Amino acid sequence: MSAMQPTAPLRRAFSREERNYLLRQRLKSVAAHAVLIIFGIAFMLPFVWMISSSMKPNVDIFELPVRLIPKTLRLENYIDATNAIPFWQYLWNSTYYTIFATIGAVLSNTFIAYGFSRVRWRGRNVVFIIVIATMMLPFQVRMIPLYILFARLGWLNTFLPLIVPNFFGNAFYIFLMRQFMMTLPRELDDAARIDGASEWGIFWRIAVPLSKPAILTVAIFEIIHTWHDFIGPLVYLRHPTKYTLSIGLRLYFTQYGAEWGLLMAAAAMFTIPMVIFFFFAQRSFIEGITLTGLKG
Amino acid sequence: MFRRKRDPASQPNSWRTDNLPGWGLFFIAPWVFGFIAFTVYPFFASLYFSFTNFNIINFTPRWVGLDNYVELFTYDPLFWISIGNSIKYAALLLVAATIFDIFIAYLLSLNVKFLSIYRTIFFFPVLVPVVAASLTWIWILNPRFGLMNGLLDLIGIKGPNWLASPDTAMYSLIFIAVWGSGRSVIVYLSGFNDIPSQLYEAADIDGASGLQKFRRITLPLLTPQIFFNVVTLIIFSLQSFSEVYIMTGGGPANSTLLYAVNLYNRAFHDFAMGYASALAWIMFLLILGLTLLIFKFLSGRVIYER
Repeated sequence: MSAMQPTAPLRRAFSREERNYLLRQRLKSVAAHAVLIIFGIAFMLPFVWMISSSMKPNVDIFELPVRLIPKTLRLENYIDATNAIPFWQYLWNSTYYTIFATIGAVLSNTFIAYGFSRVRWRGRNVVFIIVIATMMLPFQVRMIPLYILFARLGWLNTFLPLIVPNFFGNAFYIFLMRQFMMTLPRELDDAARIDGASEWGIFWRIAVPLSKPAILTVAIFEIIHTWHDFIGPLVYLRHPTKYTLSIGLRLYFTQYGAEWGLLMAAAAMFTIPMVIFFFFAQRSFIEGITLTGLKG
Repeated sequence: MFRRKRDPASQPNSWRTDNLPGWGLFFIAPWVFGFIAFTVYPFFASLYFSFTNFNIINFTPRWVGLDNYVELFTYDPLFWISIGNSIKYAALLLVAATIFDIFIAYLLSLNVKFLSIYRTIFFFPVLVPVVAASLTWIWILNPRFGLMNGLLDLIGIKGPNWLASPDTAMYSLIFIAVWGSGRSVIVYLSGFNDIPSQLYEAADIDGASGLQKFRRITLPLLTPQIFFNVVTLIIFSLQSFSEVYIMTGGGPANSTLLYAVNLYNRAFHDFAMGYASALAWIMFLLILGLTLLIFKFLSGRVIYER
């Protein structure tokens, strides 16, 4: 407003309207902060409660009135939790699944998206609409036939049903990467082509390096997705040595429901890798969500 | 993409002539294989299975015609209960999450300080693995020793049984789902930030009230984000499974038996694969119809800048 005009003398007294305006802005900002702080605390409370319970000895868990900061700290809960279930085995299974599912998603979708964005061919747009349409098919429709298919292949109780399909593209990721690759300048391809680069060379030397932000976004989404995945392992992994943390933790809950200290310690150990990961990848993460939201 | 085709100026000749036609297919080949094996085959197999009774021991489907569909619509009370529950869940979640997420995103868009901290906080629930979050919520909503009723006790309110009571279980699940909807907050926030501030300044000069500005500027220019979030939220909430399966298992008294939970139980507890396939197909048609309806009603109202 006029108070911000560069020609105005620095210490000019504000007019009444200007004072009112500034006051209103100030009140608005204070009110916004107040509401955000209240909701922010409410949003973090579950996590705080998880951590707090994870450090309480069992006698304090069932203490009334509730206490957010533990009276006595019992960090042994974390060690006990890793002994109560084959924690390290489950952790390794979750990690294994995440690593290979992510490799598959990154490789296949970069490759496929290139075919849908940088190479021109007859029928491309029609086929791309089919790709988008497959997103509408609920998981539940494919679940039963795929279960039977993988059972016949002898793949139950292995990670193959969870990992192998990732090497053949995912509609959402293809869409995301294609949108990104469409924005890369085409002149680069033409210049490379004049210099005699093959289609493969253009893909590998131009599209892949320039698509790093999109590749990173796909990797981040897939890491979160597989780490969280519950229904996939629930359907395909029935043998206790193959359980991921998702399944193992739930099983532990159904068997020892009242051991909240240990359960919350295990839940915290399951969550913390994602938190650390988020702080490293925060920017690409937010940008990725914004990208998908806007182009959707 | 479509525009480029009609506009010869933006289409260098090399695009048409230099490319071997096979390169496109070369690059999408993995998708073609995956599409046939993991989408087309299950799609039709599922349709076929829905007309069979399936014996999981020796994997032999036996043709029973429309029996599954007849049973579903006429005999099975759980089918109607689960449809009702899913619609209730999706509808209430849609309203609650949309209002709440737009409200939070609006506050975040006011140039507040510490924006990145707030944003991280509201996004945080998305990072907590669904099993870890669900177990934590079971513990928070424990009627006697949980945090929720503990805090309510402090202000003299006797809290309900939350997940353990048929009256409150569904609302508890919706409440928890709103807690986990931080992704939409980020999308809405980007929408708010894209609205040019000149529009508000012009409205200020014309003496528009806050409400008028919201109705005439903010809401119309936010429609792309609303459209995206509404469509994804409906599709996802109708398929909701994990949280509900872990926290209530569909109970108490089937009050939270969502469609996907019922389907899973039929397929993998009762091993009624044929029947579950019929359920899956009805779900597919329901989601398809609903999505087309939304596209028809909403997409015409979406206002894109420029």
